[in-house]
Amino acid sequence: MSPKLAISISPHIRTRETVPRIMWTVVLVLLPAGIFSCLNFGWHVLSVIAACVITAVVLEALIQKLRGKEITISDGSAVLTGLLLAYNLSPALPIWMAIIGTVVAIAIGKHAFGGLGHNIWNPALVGRAFLMAAYPGAMTTWFPSRLAGAVDAMTYATPLNVIKQSLPQSLPSLGEMFFGIRGGCIGETCCLLLLLGGLFLLWKGYITWHIPVAFLGSLACFAVIASGGKPQAAVFAICAGGAMLGSIYMATDYVTSPVSVRGMLIFGIGCGIITGVIRKWGGYPEGVCYAILLMNSATPLIDRLTLPRAYGEAKRKVWV
Amino acid sequence: MRALREFTKGIIERNPIFVLMLGLCPALAVSTSVTDAVGMGLATTFVLVCSNVSISIIRKIIPYRVRIPCYIVVIASFVTIVKLALNAYLPDLYKSLGIFVPLIVVNCIILGRAEAFASRNGVGLSFMDGLGMGVGFGLGLVLMGFIREVIGAGELCHLRVLWKGYEPMLVMTQPPGAFLVLGFLLGLFNLLHRNLKKSKD
Repeated sequence: MSPKLAISISPHIRTRETVPRIMWTVVLVLLPAGIFSCLNFGWHVLSVIAACVITAVVLEALIQKLRGKEITISDGSAVLTGLLLAYNLSPALPIWMAIIGTVVAIAIGKHAFGGLGHNIWNPALVGRAFLMAAYPGAMTTWFPSRLAGAVDAMTYATPLNVIKQSLPQSLPSLGEMFFGIRGGCIGETCCLLLLLGGLFLLWKGYITWHIPVAFLGSLACFAVIASGGKPQAAVFAICAGGAMLGSIYMATDYVTSPVSVRGMLIFGIGCGIITGVIRKWGGYPEGVCYAILLMNSATPLIDRLTLPRAYGEAKRKVWV
Repeated sequence: MRALREFTKGIIERNPIFVLMLGLCPALAVSTSVTDAVGMGLATTFVLVCSNVSISIIRKIIPYRVRIPCYIVVIASFVTIVKLALNAYLPDLYKSLGIFVPLIVVNCIILGRAEAFASRNGVGLSFMDGLGMGVGFGLGLVLMGFIREVIGAGELCHLRVLWKGYEPMLVMTQPPGAFLVLGFLLGLFNLLHRNLKKSKD
């Protein structure tokens, strides 16, 4: 039984929002997109997700035991990392590759830097980037969307692939893309469910609007300018790849994104522009993962430059 | 006895790559395969031994203020010999090592041993020191090359060693793989040293 009178230093206002509560909420909010993906790509998706989550949890417990730390697998952060990694993988990926990716995410992305709260990059994206470099063939082999019409069922390529390689295939309509009836990574296709989940997190106050809006806004602006002023290019850019998943659920990771409002806006705009640049001129069709990883690297710098001034303090020279 | 110690210290206790952290550039770049690693290790060992011995011989007549340029001239002469010899007798290896043969000149291990050891010690000890450091560097390269080639290509010395359906983890033969392998090996060596220290105490 905890004592009624807490004798401790400030802060004295307690809240029910704890790390486990937030993590598990995000996991729950992400689940509908996974269920949709099973319907869209078949049941192999479920085994990829299960492999990632189970590996993440087991490995986290193992490493924490080896390091002599408290085992915190019940806080949901390992589950979330595994789930997010699975959502970033191709639905056709062999299970053992998904397991290797999870091992890299948890062991190198998270625990090599000291565990939750100390990692520089989003662990799930570290895992994805590693798999992209290790097995580029398997990571870019896609399943066709089962929910698309019979004719479209042969389209293996994602919409961004079609654009990048100028494939002779018809693109899904903007509506189909918004509802997720297209090829792509496991958890990125259904923009509607991702958006609803994001709004829920926003309403609960677990994330703020700054990073997602800055991210998607700058990406949309970039797409419109790059396409020579077509407004539908903005919708395409937001719905076609992993921008929705990345901006709402991964760029907003507390550990690897800036803390101040100005910082978050800079972070989001940077992500959006880098994504646009990679899609337009880069070697890969999709750049959300690398955009977020690059801005993760810049986060300590952004935090330093956007440090709010204390009242009455003289203006600092920032660029020294 | 001391000579033997000067030789063995370079292999584990003061391994140039994993403990002194010198010569990391060739360690990262030339460890994509065991063949390259062995070639680079031997070339560096040759230059290291010869430069250590020569500098030890002339250490009393080198003016203190211009000692670094003197070392570099000595080292560059031996690197030129290695370069010409490789080009003449092992053209394939020479081609695959590329720019990293002439870059042995600026390898920190060689200059470091000249400055820290050969310029203060006799010829015999300098020889043993150069040999030990060279072997330590070569073994480090081979270890990295072994891990990277087996995992990254499923091959060893360009011969298939893993089972037929093995999917090579391509990243291991690329620069990120080099950094990852080096990082893990550094961690391993730190662990080893901590345990050694504990058992000594």
